[in-house]
Amino acid sequence: MSSSEALPGERPSVVSSRHGSGWSLLASEISVLFRRRRTWAMLVAVALIPILLAVAVRLSSEALDPGEGPPFLDRVTQNGLFVGFTAMVVAIPLFLPLTIGVVAGDTVAGEAGLGTLRYLLVAPAGRVRLLRVKYAGAALFCLVATLTLTVSGAIIGAALFPIGPVTLLSGDTISVSESLARSLLVAAYVTVSLLGLSMIGLFISTLTDVPVGAMAATIVVSVVAQILDVIPQLSWLHPWLFSHYWLGFADLLRQPLDLGSFGQNAIVQLGYLTVFGALAYSRFVTKDILS
Amino acid sequence: MTPALTPPTRSLAIESRGLTKRFGSQTAVNGIDLAVPRGSVFGFLGPNGSGKTTTIRMLLALSQATSGTITVLGRSMPAGLHDVLPRVGALVEGPAFYPFLSGAANLRRLDTADRHAPGATRRARVQLALDRVGLTHAADKKVHAYSLGMKQRLGIANALLLPRELLILDEPTNGLDPQGTREVRSLVRSLAAEGTTVFVSSHLLAEVEQVCTHAAVMSAGSIVAQGTLAALRAVGETLIRVRTPDTAGAVRVLTHLGLTPQAGSPDDGDPMVTAPLVGTSWLPEAIVTALVAGGVRIRGFAIEEPSLEERFVALTGEGFDVVQ
Repeated sequence: MSSSEALPGERPSVVSSRHGSGWSLLASEISVLFRRRRTWAMLVAVALIPILLAVAVRLSSEALDPGEGPPFLDRVTQNGLFVGFTAMVVAIPLFLPLTIGVVAGDTVAGEAGLGTLRYLLVAPAGRVRLLRVKYAGAALFCLVATLTLTVSGAIIGAALFPIGPVTLLSGDTISVSESLARSLLVAAYVTVSLLGLSMIGLFISTLTDVPVGAMAATIVVSVVAQILDVIPQLSWLHPWLFSHYWLGFADLLRQPLDLGSFGQNAIVQLGYLTVFGALAYSRFVTKDILS
Repeated sequence: MTPALTPPTRSLAIESRGLTKRFGSQTAVNGIDLAVPRGSVFGFLGPNGSGKTTTIRMLLALSQATSGTITVLGRSMPAGLHDVLPRVGALVEGPAFYPFLSGAANLRRLDTADRHAPGATRRARVQLALDRVGLTHAADKKVHAYSLGMKQRLGIANALLLPRELLILDEPTNGLDPQGTREVRSLVRSLAAEGTTVFVSSHLLAEVEQVCTHAAVMSAGSIVAQGTLAALRAVGETLIRVRTPDTAGAVRVLTHLGLTPQAGSPDDGDPMVTAPLVGTSWLPEAIVTALVAGGVRIRGFAIEEPSLEERFVALTGEGFDVVQ
């Protein structure tokens, strides 16, 4: 290339045309998230929950009395389709929030810790766009984690226990295919349940350059919310806690289908999404990137 | 403000006025007025901790100035960042990558962050950039297996993913061996020849002195000198250096010529007499003639142009003390 024709001020702008949809950053984010061994390790651990549970039930000779152990556990031996539901009940208070804490806490702080945050912003990714993409990645992980648990539960349940029409909590019986649809509905319910916590994690992640700190803080928040939820003196606070409806998916196992708790849960999660989304936004757009 | 009222910004790639950054009570950058002409290779010099990287972070809208204004490529920053940054390639405070991705995958990832970067040519552009910094053979290696020098090269490749009007390279030769340093210098030269303005910071003057057309020297958050390299050099004084066993005779002759000689004998060589060549109309060859005529035996005679290094040290202080 010669320097004679191109006077510095007259160089054609390299960004004159607006090619590129802007979706490629989201695709890249998802690909980076699911190329990490850590993500796979967590998904494998999630998949192991129903497997361990089913194997333990299968190997023990003791029959449980109805109501003993976690909800639905006594039904597992009668119908393998209950493995997924039981595993969900077991996973939602601690294990799923733990994985969400890791993914959501890592969103911004992880990039800051690596130093890649400054290169993304200089590209320029745009701070609001980056937050959106990061949240979308975390939300997708919630969905994948709950689906992993559901699918793993269905497979191990079918392998170890009889499968047949399911007797619901209301006493009605539904077909296998409808019960599988209900399983997916439960997965959707749990995914929605975790969206609020994901946004809290994203906000915490904008506060620090140390990803482990943000992960731990997010997990602590989820534990504290559940502790507050069992203190009767704070009953006025309970409907406002993001964890309050976490176990409410039992309503999805009644006939006729009751979507009331689904709706309430969604509204609470939407509230957390709005509040912590605004906090993350206001924090991140003015943040000095010194990492 | 209309563009017509601000003609200087048209010819400047970077301009700052009264740019200040405070962290609490500490002032990291203290009211600097940078003027980086378009098409120049601009050396941004200063010891560690003098505020170079802090300034670069503000130029790139990574952090907000406490006060002062910044104009980059004719647009005010940070307001114009979405228009300006796609035209700027940058290496800021060392390279940073995802260790679990390969070099090429890292570049593709960072390229997607710019929504104007065409996806269709992404792979080809990544290959080209890797080729340009000599990393083609390591393109598919995970970055955690890269040496510091390779990461540095990858960081430079990231800045070259698109044709840029301005490159901001913060310590680009950090961690590179002498061969790599030479390569970076020739890369900077070829980019400048294509018309790209290159803004390169360094705490090692010698590494950038050979490629720069302009420079600014930072010390403790302030610019202590700025201008073309020739102008910065002109401030120092030219010396003559005479190697001779007859130091007393040489001092006598030079004093007679109106110079102010100083005799010294370095540990590892011949005795020397030095004298500044200012305030005299004597040509060096006439001085040699006079010395010989005065019976001084000469083993060597040299004219020493002022070294920018000395000027740099004089401006910023010597040694490892970090000022702030």
